[in-house]
Amino acid sequence: MKDTLMRYVVKLVRQALVASIWLSFLTLPIMVIRVDTIEQTVTWRWMHLAYMAVGSFVLALAWYAMMDRRDRGQAKKDLETVERVSALSQFLSDPRFAKPLMAFGFLVAAAFPWFFSLYQTNILVSAMIYVVLGLGLNITVGLAGLLDLGYVAFYAVGAYTYALLNHHFHLGFWAVLPLGAVLGAFFGILLGFPVLRLRGDYLAIVTLGFGQIIRLVLENWGDFSYGPSGISNIDRPGLFGINYSVEQATTYIYYIMLALVILTIFVTARLKDSRIGRAWLALREDEIACQAMGIDNTRAKLMAFALGATLAGLMGVVFAAKTTFINPASFTFMESAMILAIVVLGGMGSVLGVILGAFMLMLLPEYLRAFSEYRMLIFGATMVLIMVFRPEGLVRAKRKVYKINVEAAG
Amino acid sequence: MAQNTTDMNNQNTGNPVLSVRNVSMNFGGLRALSEVDLEVRPGEVVALIGPNGAGKTTFFNCITGIYTPTDGEVTAYPKTGKRKRANGVRINGMRTNLVCELGMARTFQNIRLFPSMTALENVMIGRHCRTKSGILGAVLRPAATRREEQEVVDNSYELLTKVGLEKLANEYSRNLPYGAQRRLEIARALATEPFLLLLDEPAAGMNPQETEELKQMVIRIREEFKVSVLLIEHDMKMVMSLSDRIYVMEYGRIISTGTPKEVSEDPQVIRAYLGEDDDA
Repeated sequence: MKDTLMRYVVKLVRQALVASIWLSFLTLPIMVIRVDTIEQTVTWRWMHLAYMAVGSFVLALAWYAMMDRRDRGQAKKDLETVERVSALSQFLSDPRFAKPLMAFGFLVAAAFPWFFSLYQTNILVSAMIYVVLGLGLNITVGLAGLLDLGYVAFYAVGAYTYALLNHHFHLGFWAVLPLGAVLGAFFGILLGFPVLRLRGDYLAIVTLGFGQIIRLVLENWGDFSYGPSGISNIDRPGLFGINYSVEQATTYIYYIMLALVILTIFVTARLKDSRIGRAWLALREDEIACQAMGIDNTRAKLMAFALGATLAGLMGVVFAAKTTFINPASFTFMESAMILAIVVLGGMGSVLGVILGAFMLMLLPEYLRAFSEYRMLIFGATMVLIMVFRPEGLVRAKRKVYKINVEAAG
Repeated sequence: MAQNTTDMNNQNTGNPVLSVRNVSMNFGGLRALSEVDLEVRPGEVVALIGPNGAGKTTFFNCITGIYTPTDGEVTAYPKTGKRKRANGVRINGMRTNLVCELGMARTFQNIRLFPSMTALENVMIGRHCRTKSGILGAVLRPAATRREEQEVVDNSYELLTKVGLEKLANEYSRNLPYGAQRRLEIARALATEPFLLLLDEPAAGMNPQETEELKQMVIRIREEFKVSVLLIEHDMKMVMSLSDRIYVMEYGRIISTGTPKEVSEDPQVIRAYLGEDDDA
């Protein structure tokens, strides 16, 4: 036992040593040698080499140890046929704890704007918009397995629906909100029809193109969308004609978003465990078998596209009302990629995972502002680490356990 | 039991449940099927055999809507359902899911389960085309939807018991042993309430004991669910003892048909399987 442990440690140290020597050698020219062309001198900063060697050795040691642990965990998991349930997920799925926890979460969320600054509330509203977007894309990508890289197009459709109708006809937020959802669904089906036969990479490319088309149209069709200069002075949501300050408006939008988030969670969680949700999962797993078992693939796909797009359209309207100014720059491919990252990092198909993913990806860059120029670096490193150590996302999608009526089945 | 047998015999004299006339399938210049005629009568177990590459799976794909035959007629005669017609339903080129809804459910040669769904859920997918709750039902969960959902669960579990997988109901299907996966595929097909079960090499990769169990199961299923069975199989022992009639296919043509005894004595079949006798 002691022998194997010794061997394991020696192996780790050797691996880390090799990595550190290799890295020190690679960085030697930039870290150690300094050529001063004016003084015509060469300085050899050997201390830097030592820092580099020690630093990379420690990091490599930690990295290899973690990788090893992960691999052993994976091997153990492969051997088990029964799915292991972690203590945390068991705790979360127990109704005795889950209910009070949810109530507590709701209370915190409801009281948030009264205790925190306008800045914090604003960030949280943005994060919540991305929660809903993530849950919407989760239907298309996570459940039905249709890789949609142009999701932001539907978001843009919703935003421009409100902006243009408000600009030209002075229609209010509440009147346009359902309209944005309907138009989102319409565009979802519009995109869905031509791509029905495509799958995998091909689907991704076409949806990517669709996202670009919508953005380019908005950018270049000046008469319609006011081009890159965008539309400003969009009305904030109305509240029985009462005038209110910017601060109150933020609080108001915060509560609107909170309600929409809860509604979305409710709807997506129920859809996931329904007959339709099952059909989506089957579609994701094996398209041919799915159709051979009597599921109408066309319908299931269009439904997934339409529902995902509906939520994006809805969020577009809220986004336009929140920022009071929109232009095509808000709807670039970067946004689509961000929402997709939320779904993938959070855990495809898992509602809780997507919520956590959205908060993480939206709040992390915000709170990392203190590290200024390193913040995107840390952000990227976090994403890589999650993918390496939790390839299935933060929270793995859990299958519903069905209650069987033995009497009826007997 | 005796009553049952006479029923079966009476049925045998009636209309077929599936009739294939003159079906050909070309892939570009390659003729995979050539003027195939085949008939399945109610309650029958019909086997389709032939050497590798003879076109058996292509034939299956033609009658389940995955391929549209280049030529010929495929007609099904469903017993119930809104598409029931006296002169049958023409199904060449029909969408695969509609063929299944009609009542022709298949399994696959290389198992195609939904790997990260549980065994129970796999069977529940089969119930999809016989249930109808939509988005609104899923979100609002009215009593009707809840009842339907519970019925789906209970029916599916019952089907799992029929194929002996009830203990593995909550297991991911990818974790099931090979033989169990084959049986699960049959349960999933049965969940669609078919009148004709199409089995594509159900015994492939099974040991003799598993094959025997499978045979018993197919016999039991036929009695219990009153289905006809059309199967592709290589295991001659199973085919000979299980089927009522056999069609032998070679190079896309039916070269012989009849009872197992007739077929096994047919010189053409022997030649197809064992090759030409040089001394003759």
